[in-house]
Amino acid sequence: MAKTIIEKIWDEHIVYEEEGKPDLLYIDLHLIHEVTSPQAFEGLRLNNRKVRRPDLCYATMDHNVPTRNREQIKDVIARKQISTLQQNCEEFGVPLANMDHPDQGIVHIIGPELGLTQPGKTIVCGDSHTSTHGAFGAIAFGIGTSEVEHVLSTQTLWQAKPKTMQIKVTGELGYGVAAKDIILAIIAKFGIDMGTGYIVEYTGEAIRKLSMEERMTICNMSIEAGARAGLISPDETTVEFLRGREHVPAGEAFETEAARWLALATEEGALYDKTVEISTDEIEPFVTWGTNPSMGSGVSQNIPYTSDFAEISDQQAHEKALAYMGLEQGMPLEDIAISNVFIGSCTNARLSDLRTAANVIAGRKVHPNVTAIVVPGSQTVKKQAEQEGIDQIFLHAGFEWRESGCSMCLAMNDDIVPAGEHCASTSNRNFEGRQGAGSKTHLMSPAMAAAAAIEGHIVDIRKFGLVNA
Amino acid sequence: MEPINEINSVITPLNQKNVDTDQIISKEFLKRIERTGFGKYLFYHWRFDANDQPIKDFVLNDERYKESTILVAHDNFGCGSSREHAPWSILDYGFRVVIAPSFADIFYNNCMKNGILPIKLSVSEVEALLSKEVYNVAVNLEVQTVTGEDGVVYSFDIDPYQKKMLLNGWDEISLTFQYEDKIKAYEDKRIAN
Repeated sequence: MAKTIIEKIWDEHIVYEEEGKPDLLYIDLHLIHEVTSPQAFEGLRLNNRKVRRPDLCYATMDHNVPTRNREQIKDVIARKQISTLQQNCEEFGVPLANMDHPDQGIVHIIGPELGLTQPGKTIVCGDSHTSTHGAFGAIAFGIGTSEVEHVLSTQTLWQAKPKTMQIKVTGELGYGVAAKDIILAIIAKFGIDMGTGYIVEYTGEAIRKLSMEERMTICNMSIEAGARAGLISPDETTVEFLRGREHVPAGEAFETEAARWLALATEEGALYDKTVEISTDEIEPFVTWGTNPSMGSGVSQNIPYTSDFAEISDQQAHEKALAYMGLEQGMPLEDIAISNVFIGSCTNARLSDLRTAANVIAGRKVHPNVTAIVVPGSQTVKKQAEQEGIDQIFLHAGFEWRESGCSMCLAMNDDIVPAGEHCASTSNRNFEGRQGAGSKTHLMSPAMAAAAAIEGHIVDIRKFGLVNA
Repeated sequence: MEPINEINSVITPLNQKNVDTDQIISKEFLKRIERTGFGKYLFYHWRFDANDQPIKDFVLNDERYKESTILVAHDNFGCGSSREHAPWSILDYGFRVVIAPSFADIFYNNCMKNGILPIKLSVSEVEALLSKEVYNVAVNLEVQTVTGEDGVVYSFDIDPYQKKMLLNGWDEISLTFQYEDKIKAYEDKRIAN
């Protein structure tokens, strides 16, 4: 019977199976960062356990690293968390891209950059955006700290086989429409919990035509639809992205690997537990106006009315969200004033994202009411951007150009949106207080965020001119 | 972890959908390197205003629920981040059971690893519970029931493997070590291929 890529990878990784139990699944790559790992390493120490396969681990620090003045971390507790990761990696022999290492960056950006992320792998990390790596045709999912400890000790996890879902995106993307808009439109249409209990495969011609960077943006936000993992079957785009990267084999061995990767793709006629479809006709540049990623609309729309929702619980949630955001129902989205812009995060801080944003702002100036920062996803992205002169475009426009990290996506470091202020953000979550207590987040694509920085309010990138996206 | 079976308590009704882990435990409290001591930060920005004063109409500040060990919420509880600090803060605050129509996957798993029982009831059953002002229930994991003080009995499903882990409070890593030969055999087979 024809199989999906999800079933193929799952079946290949079963170490042990027994009726009435979850499967014992082997983990090929364990990514580690400073926030969700200290308690796990401490657990190993308390029980006198070691890391079973340090060679299958890779650690970096990203969540609370400063994006400027790195030599002096003022926050004592953050400093301790960072030094704890250093000590743990040293003690247990885990490879680490330290804060001053040229490979440092957001863990979900550097995995693919280094070629650690590969098709067919099972990949975990104590971070829900681990789903990003699914773009390569891997089963990649976020885990809690107890599971981090379990993987460190045993290189396995007990996992119930999830259901499979196909999300098919048909048609061709319109002018000015980005990968971010596809995933925001999917979440708005089907809901924040549509993926609970499923691994999602994204299919359809619109997905096939996306670059690897764009595919990562889509898979990254699978968790915002409730799916622990989202993936895309590998193809030539996948293979060419990986060719020549540090952790993939070279020469003939690469061709052998590439052939194996391509054979993982979902077979014609394979069945999913569920399939949903969305047409690109329904997708325009998207922005969120509420307090979860499903509360978004096409930029030409108005904020929905409470009476548009049938269920009382949804009406209450809508009222609460608008009260928090300080926005009125029925208001045109383009009328929302913006005072902060954040271009960064594991969703949209790759080189292509920065190039797109730079194209929008080139020769223009950031609006006087706006504070705008660019936080490259990794030191590699930062260096490449600087070689291309992109940093200068941002700096001339009035953006700040920072060091790599998670930064204002979750505001664990000093990069915080002040209370009550609206931020156009290329990140992935618009929960209450996500970017700082009282902050009001509007999720959108890099081009849209860049345009908002120039105009001081949300704008439709299609009317703004110059988009090479 | 602490075994769990019978829990009797007044329920704390948190009538909200999509309660995300950023609300359960805000990021400024994630920098600690211990597993304990997170209870005082649970729902911090819903419990306290900008001057750290209690917000009166938030349910956790209601004296009637001070001793409660059972939290009831609406759909998709625990969505968002994988931070296990969320269940740590719930447990440290004093809750042992969370009842909702649905949970986010990672949060649900994280509860299981910490001796917190997440119970899924139907939307109408949860809405019935949320409509009560002060209501005591008896949870029994062994027989998989929630019994209200008025005698109404709600049954719930739970995976038998996870039920056993919770009832016994077993350390999963110790159990997995019993399969070490299987893990080794798998690794050898992969190297051979």
